[in-house]
Amino acid sequence: MAKKLMKGNEAIGEAAIHAGCTHYFGYPITPQTEIAEYLAKRLPEVGGVFLQAESELGAANMIYGSACTGTRVFTSSSSPGVSLMAEAMSYIAGSDIPAVFVNIMRAGPGLGGILPSQADYFQAVKGGGHGDYRCLVLAPSTVQEAVDLMVDAFDLADKYRSPVMLVGDGMIGQMMEPVEFKPRKQVALPPKDWATTGCKGRKPNVITSVFMDPEVLHQFNLKLGAKYEEMKKHEVRVETYKCDRQMDLLLVAYGTTARICKTSIDMLDELGIKAGLLRPITLFPYPEKELYATAKKASKVLVVEMSMGQMLEDVERILKGEKPIEFFGRTGGLIPAPEEVFDLAKKLVKK
Amino acid sequence: MDIVFQRPETLRENTTHYCPGCTHGIIHRQVAEVLDELGLRERTVGVAPVGCSVLAYNYFNCDFVEAAHGRAPAMATGIKRSRPDLIVFTYQGDGDLASIGMGEIVHAANRGEKICVIFVNNAIYGMTGGQMAPTTMPGQITTTSPKGRDVNEVGYPLRMSELLSSLRTPAFIVRTAVHTPKGMIETKNYIREAFQNQVDNKCFSLVEVLSTCPTNWGLNPNKATEWVEKNMVPYYPLKVFKRPGEEI
Repeated sequence: MAKKLMKGNEAIGEAAIHAGCTHYFGYPITPQTEIAEYLAKRLPEVGGVFLQAESELGAANMIYGSACTGTRVFTSSSSPGVSLMAEAMSYIAGSDIPAVFVNIMRAGPGLGGILPSQADYFQAVKGGGHGDYRCLVLAPSTVQEAVDLMVDAFDLADKYRSPVMLVGDGMIGQMMEPVEFKPRKQVALPPKDWATTGCKGRKPNVITSVFMDPEVLHQFNLKLGAKYEEMKKHEVRVETYKCDRQMDLLLVAYGTTARICKTSIDMLDELGIKAGLLRPITLFPYPEKELYATAKKASKVLVVEMSMGQMLEDVERILKGEKPIEFFGRTGGLIPAPEEVFDLAKKLVKK
Repeated sequence: MDIVFQRPETLRENTTHYCPGCTHGIIHRQVAEVLDELGLRERTVGVAPVGCSVLAYNYFNCDFVEAAHGRAPAMATGIKRSRPDLIVFTYQGDGDLASIGMGEIVHAANRGEKICVIFVNNAIYGMTGGQMAPTTMPGQITTTSPKGRDVNEVGYPLRMSELLSSLRTPAFIVRTAVHTPKGMIETKNYIREAFQNQVDNKCFSLVEVLSTCPTNWGLNPNKATEWVEKNMVPYYPLKVFKRPGEEI
């Protein structure tokens, strides 16, 4: 299929349709509103349903209801809106229901700003809502990758009966790049025999996250934990760039920040400084083994984020103090410039 | 010998956890009888709230989901918009619907979602042990209004049927009560009308049912039904507020 120039947000909407998603419920918030605008026009064309909810609370609970019928459904929002959606996300995880969330992150905390950010890493990766649950978190660094991951997100949600979240910073949502909608992989998925679709010919299905018996709830949490262990075994995705060598410095970054770091690494190469990049594509499950092994080849590690240092804590956890770790973060909607990373890298290598 | 009375197929053979004298059992049974009579059990999905009826799916013998507090109308919207062939109803108390779920119910009604809402108003939070609800009567003593509801501090009880019937979107909105045999008969008829509206793909339907909470009111069941008549009915008039086609 020919490539098409598309804005990230619109491409994410089209990718959902390409993945067989028929329903979208959402609420406007910058910088992701184009997803809703695109789908308001596009979903009815393909026999799907678009509905603007009264709030993010409404939208997220609508996708919960829709997903209970076995429908492929998603919602999208940006940081403050995702905080409101955390309620439904916890319920969705707590009742083993597949659903896809998109967070086009903006700068926080509070109402913050509308410019790109990666400050919702903790929220996405460590829970966000209440209770012992996880989201499988996918972090694209190009519009094409956003399309590809968005398609996979629905299969992953169905495979694990779990919420899956695609996180992009505002840059991913707003920039235009050429994209291609590749033929879909045929993935064998479990039947949705749990769906509430009327009990004709079977016993009633009940979808609930209420377990009043502590032993039963404990067993349910163990089952969820086992599901997350399966994700860790099978779903880790990571890209490395120029890491097939001994490195003076290993950069760790994801999303837009990772693209910036690649430019900085090429600039460092010209000075004879050998740097590499490890880019997690899945933020949960995190590429723990890959990071540990790759860092062994580097003298130092530099984590770069559009946050005050959130993924940094995972890198510290995984490297267990075996390598010196430095951090560079920009917040408020500021995007690190390749030169800034380059200058800092030079200093760190010289030290 | 003919069987003249039996458990509706839409009710499971479980003993409910409801307190003695609570009217949830009556309302559950009436919903179940209507689903039986209209032949809807096998294509119905119920949405349970957070509150005393959080475990309603243990009693109803049809597909059920359990919503977050107040979000049942949003969840029902998601179900109905995904599968318009299903019959979808929420079963909500006054804390769930009129307090934390105010946004969801108003917008579901205003969008004209083709769902049924059974709204059980007993003027108190039951499950958490008798706190003040948005529907608690002026002067009514609860654990969070120990001197009685002071309308100067917290306003007057919300009249949800009146509020929702002010919306322009066609709807069936009725308030009824189950503290008398007459009220029970009427209530079942209104519940039937609500589900028939949905079968006919007609409109959003809400049946507000004045109900008792003897435990948290500190009254025996007989006194509780008297309390409904004396205190609630004058403030919460029993009537059909709106039928589709009667919009102003």
